[in-house]
Amino acid sequence: MVATHIVESEAPMLDKELDANDLDANNLAEAETTNVDPAKKSTKITSEDIDVYYGEKQALFGINLDIPENSVTSLIGPSGCGKSTYLRCINRMNDVIDICRVSGTIKIDGNDIYDPALDVVELRARIGMVFQKPNPFPKSIYDNIAYGPRIHGLTENKDELDELVESSLVKAGLWKEVKDRLAGPGTGLSGGQQQRLCIARAIATKPEVILMDEPCSALDPIATATIEELIDELRRNYTIVIVTHSMQQAARVSQKTAFFHLGKIIEEGETTQIFTNPQNEKTQDYITGRFG
Amino acid sequence: MEAQEVQKEIANDLSVHSAAAKRRMSKRLKKRQAAEKRFRFYGLSAICIGLMFLVILFTTIIGKGWPAFLQTSIQLNVNLDPEIVDPTGGRNVEKLMQANYTKIARNALYTEFGGKPKNRKTRKLMHKLLSRGVDVQIRDQVVANPSLIGKTIPIWLYAHGNVDAVLKGAIDRNTENSSRLVKDEQLAWMDKLVASGKMVKRFNWGLFTNPASSQPETAGLGVALIGTFFMVIIVLFLAIPIGVAAALYLEEFAPKNRLTDIIEVNINNLAAVPSIVFGLLGLAVFINFMGLPRSGSIVGGLVLALMTLPTIIIATRSALRAVSPSIREGAYGVGASKIQTIFHHVLPLAFPGIMTGTIIGIVQAVGETAPLLMIGMVAFVQDFPTTPMEPATALPVQIYMWATSAERGFVERTAGATMVLLAGLFVLNAGAVYLRRKYERKW
Repeated sequence: MVATHIVESEAPMLDKELDANDLDANNLAEAETTNVDPAKKSTKITSEDIDVYYGEKQALFGINLDIPENSVTSLIGPSGCGKSTYLRCINRMNDVIDICRVSGTIKIDGNDIYDPALDVVELRARIGMVFQKPNPFPKSIYDNIAYGPRIHGLTENKDELDELVESSLVKAGLWKEVKDRLAGPGTGLSGGQQQRLCIARAIATKPEVILMDEPCSALDPIATATIEELIDELRRNYTIVIVTHSMQQAARVSQKTAFFHLGKIIEEGETTQIFTNPQNEKTQDYITGRFG
Repeated sequence: MEAQEVQKEIANDLSVHSAAAKRRMSKRLKKRQAAEKRFRFYGLSAICIGLMFLVILFTTIIGKGWPAFLQTSIQLNVNLDPEIVDPTGGRNVEKLMQANYTKIARNALYTEFGGKPKNRKTRKLMHKLLSRGVDVQIRDQVVANPSLIGKTIPIWLYAHGNVDAVLKGAIDRNTENSSRLVKDEQLAWMDKLVASGKMVKRFNWGLFTNPASSQPETAGLGVALIGTFFMVIIVLFLAIPIGVAAALYLEEFAPKNRLTDIIEVNINNLAAVPSIVFGLLGLAVFINFMGLPRSGSIVGGLVLALMTLPTIIIATRSALRAVSPSIREGAYGVGASKIQTIFHHVLPLAFPGIMTGTIIGIVQAVGETAPLLMIGMVAFVQDFPTTPMEPATALPVQIYMWATSAERGFVERTAGATMVLLAGLFVLNAGAVYLRRKYERKW
């Protein structure tokens, strides 16, 4: 793959000059209109007018979405609706695809992540990602977790690294199962364990946000339940954005839900409200299984 | 009620279909099975034909070539007469090199058969029992150890190529004396020597150590092996780093535009260019323009490196492409930079593929003859090259040169050298398999 990324940030200069307080105030005002209880959470990620093009084809049309801190936001919608594309904008994973072009502004804690001065490597350390198919590195379990901290220089010595590996595995609920075979291959674990290993790997770089792209679609129901419990656990310390095809999963794990259709957000709001009282007819049709 | 009717209709349909179609279906099924069997048979016979040719090839080469690994020698008590070896008595190496060792060998022969024959013709026949290269054999011993001068020592000397051919059955004893290369008198002497155990076939180390020679019995692959060794080293150190670096850049970093498209097409074309064209290029650029020595293995190495480059680039690129994108994503996801992703994850996973491609390229280069003919490596080289700048030949070129020689001894040597070349290629291939197994991650 050859990557030349063209990132067109059309954010007006004015935005950068706004300080965090102003932003919060803005977001709160916006939040009220979208039925999210403003008192509950402050906004972690704001997206304004996100357009994404793959070559000539436009995949996302003016996405505006606020993602609240320390909670789970799920993105639902039929295949090809752009939810994964949006997710990949948040850690600039789309940069790797050379025909992909992103415009608009995404801010994390008020800082524009498409700012040319920002190093994408540092950004991705702050935003962990878990993929659809468990993709542990073909290395030992230990090295899988230690890789991120090593390349970022997060730990000073071996003991600290050992500790970080252990705490990451504990947080991912995998420590008990693998503590005796840390030197064993990461790919030798079962599918669900591999996915938790990938979550542990994402946690190890001490991120603030974890993006999950259909993390359970390749897993059996038991492994799925374990991961869902884990997500619920993690939400206390991390802001989680999850793409899922399972309505039940979205309903179970998330506090906020955004419904994507044909590259646009049709409806967003509190999960309970979306699933019990959707305002839009399309949302209603989708969650009741009439299309998609 | 309605639903029941629909069900009935479907059941009806099915039964009607099965009644009418059952025979057709079973017929079809038989046909399909027959087609499958036929196809398997074709595949199996294709493999059998291939194997058969391989067996024929190997039996001919080995059948013809194995005598080359044995060479007839005669053990003679050689009297290193100081009068002949060192008449001045100074033990001067230069003088020792120039002494008439052929005379010494002949004297030893006369002693063996009880005196110098009176008849000049008989003498000549007797001389022809020994190879013309025996003087070098005696000389090397004397120069290495001058204290032997004046003593009588037993030395194994090469028999003449024709004598060797008789013992190996290549010359028929039963042909008419007049039309036989080895005459009756010689046969009698030979039988005597064989009976006394002084003429035996010994393992032919000379095949691996001797330089070029016009007599088959003293001709060896020494220079060719050194030349091939130098060229393989040059190819390894030039083609692998350049090829892998080029492939990495093209695959991972180069922008996708018209220029890189043209480069890509040309690399693929380069892999299909006839090898003699690379020889012409070597002649024009390395010898005529850059002034590198003709026949030197440095030029051969450079030409073969150029020839191997496209193979390595193509193999490396496909190995890089074969690395699962999910691994790259995982690495990017934890914040690895592009270089880190490539060097920590992609390259190690692609390594077995790169190694395989590289060794295939080197095996190709080692077996290449045509470009070496163009740059003058087809030469009669008697001095062992110590640097790549000195004239040398290569294994396949040596085979080519021997194949064009008329003596019986060169026929077996051609096949013998082919066996050596094949053995070398087998070793390289086995190395490739070993490396691939070793570095292929099994998890």
